[in-house]
Amino acid sequence: MTEQTNFTVPTMAEMIARGEEPEILFWVGCFGSYDERAQRTTRDICKILQHVGIKYAVLGTEESCTGDPAKRAGNEFLFQMQAMTNIEVMNGYNIKKIVTGCPHCFNTIKNEYPGLGGSYEVIHHSQLIQQLIDDGKLKAEGGESFKGKKITFHDPCYLGRANGIYEAPRAALEILDAQLVEMKRCKVNGLCCGAGGAQMFKEPEPGKKDINIERVEEALSLNPAIVATSCPFCMTMLSDGVKIKEQSENVDVLDIAEITARANGL
Amino acid sequence: MISQILFIALTIAAIALFSINLKKIIRNIRLGRDADRSDQPQKRLMTMLRVAFGQSKMVKRPTAAILHAFVYVGFVIINIEVLEIMIDGVFGTHRIFGGLGGLYNGLIAGFEILALLVWLSCVIFLIRRNVLKLKRFRGIEMTTWPRSDANYILITEILLMSAFLLMNAADAKLQALGSGHYISAGAFPVSQWLQNLLPASESSLVAIERGCWWFHITGILAFLNYLPYSKHFHIIFAFPNTYYTNLDPKGKFSNMPSVTNEVKAMLDPSFIPTETAAGRFGAKDVNDLSWVNLMNAYTCTECGRCTDSCPANITGKLLSPRKIMMDTRDRVTEVGKNIDKGGEGFDDGKSLLDTYISREEIWACTSCNACTEACPVNIDPLSIIVELRRYITMEESQAGNSLNNMMGNIENNGAPWKYSPADRFNWANKG
Repeated sequence: MTEQTNFTVPTMAEMIARGEEPEILFWVGCFGSYDERAQRTTRDICKILQHVGIKYAVLGTEESCTGDPAKRAGNEFLFQMQAMTNIEVMNGYNIKKIVTGCPHCFNTIKNEYPGLGGSYEVIHHSQLIQQLIDDGKLKAEGGESFKGKKITFHDPCYLGRANGIYEAPRAALEILDAQLVEMKRCKVNGLCCGAGGAQMFKEPEPGKKDINIERVEEALSLNPAIVATSCPFCMTMLSDGVKIKEQSENVDVLDIAEITARANGL
Repeated sequence: MISQILFIALTIAAIALFSINLKKIIRNIRLGRDADRSDQPQKRLMTMLRVAFGQSKMVKRPTAAILHAFVYVGFVIINIEVLEIMIDGVFGTHRIFGGLGGLYNGLIAGFEILALLVWLSCVIFLIRRNVLKLKRFRGIEMTTWPRSDANYILITEILLMSAFLLMNAADAKLQALGSGHYISAGAFPVSQWLQNLLPASESSLVAIERGCWWFHITGILAFLNYLPYSKHFHIIFAFPNTYYTNLDPKGKFSNMPSVTNEVKAMLDPSFIPTETAAGRFGAKDVNDLSWVNLMNAYTCTECGRCTDSCPANITGKLLSPRKIMMDTRDRVTEVGKNIDKGGEGFDDGKSLLDTYISREEIWACTSCNACTEACPVNIDPLSIIVELRRYITMEESQAGNSLNNMMGNIENNGAPWKYSPADRFNWANKG
């Protein structure tokens, strides 16, 4: 896989300066912006948007943390400061529709921003991919074949239980002609990766096992070629778990956006 | 005549005592902060019918669901029989509905079959708890009292059903003897098998029949008054609890209006804050929680589905969502007793946080909502955890170094790590 070099990402500021408006704002999130692993997913989401010809833009350096981890850690002040600042930026650009690359950003902007003056149509990138597939605009052709590969999907809590989205990410996998297998704890019964609720940013409390190990053991028991997810938090936790279990050679942990981009040779 | 007076006095006393205790519990629940759950009455009603009445969330565990359904349906239906017992007790009649003929026979036969199913289910439940020792019924919070409580409930139900069936057996035998006012009424598909165990003499049979009748009804009245002290309160509170359930997406945490005011004033000096309730940020004690949280606590029947699905608990952390609910109930009960003793504002130097729930427990939560999803009656332990965290973080600034670093980074750099905001868009140039 080589990444495209002729790859430009439009920002809101540039677009407005040109007197244009995007169809959709791509909210990248902190992970997608800074974390090297998640950056790959971010670029793949951009490629998908470009591939299907959706006019999109990002906020670039004008984007700031949604405040999700602060809120889950109990810091409502910091959360609302972040929220109101972001809302001011987005309302200033007259944003109507947002796609996020992270279930945590998705949940926060969709559910918690409206009460603070930020009401937008918010979708997660899995929903965007599902929509594009349903509309026939996105297929799985021209790229890597996933035929017959065993894939299991890990439900991110903030997409699944938190917002009831279980089918959208699976739609991206169902068009691959791969062998989809479910873990026993899936969908509403999905087991957390261990990173939510601000856990990502602290050491876990003492226990007999780390949560991501518990989850990765469950995934690995299915002997999958790919553990798919659609959340940068889960991505980090699962990748770490697979590494600790010394299975990085045999098992890929991939975001559904990466899989979609690969399947289409983007 | 004496027995009628005794019956009426006993019933009135039992209902009065229950009312006093129920009123106290409602008073305790009202110690919580306001929360508006008056919206969408139709959706709320449907949720209640589906989740509480229809037990839709029980089916996840089929064995427990079927056994519980027997006990639940048995309890509800056999209560029709209690209506007859009440009327007979007050007016000194016997099997007042007996005149319904075939319908009555059908009803009694149905009650008997249900009674047997309840009896069997309760025995299996006892075995699951005490012989098989299912993991779900263990855990640090399942100390002597909660375990005894569960056993008392099951044993009482077994005794009540046994008395009901034995009463019918004696009654049927008396009917066959043509004894006194024992009119020929009812069909006894289950208790007929008990008839051979009973003595043949009429006076002994009458004694057994009356004994069981009194045991059954006093048992029910006693059980009613046991509820306020027991986890079994869920048979009542499951209904309001599911009605007042959180209808928002599970991921949506409340935005605190008191904070909104301060933040708006900070960002815009000309902003004039709207009136919001004063008080501390977050919760240190039960009266900082909402009344819904407290009602949740009284509704909890300690089944442990939440704890069993909690990723922190599964991996050996101290956190157990069931314990959060049990601690909340114990503490609010204690606060209620304090008010009875020392009046409003009595401070016993204890609090929900630290005295009951430790910080280690609440910081182990991943906010994954597995517990709220697992609860068959829509209890929400997560919102209590979040309120406790809010207190620690905002009132005490004691979130711990790692989280404080993360929050400091968000404040200064707009990201949870120490990266420059100017580098936020660098990802677009890589690859």
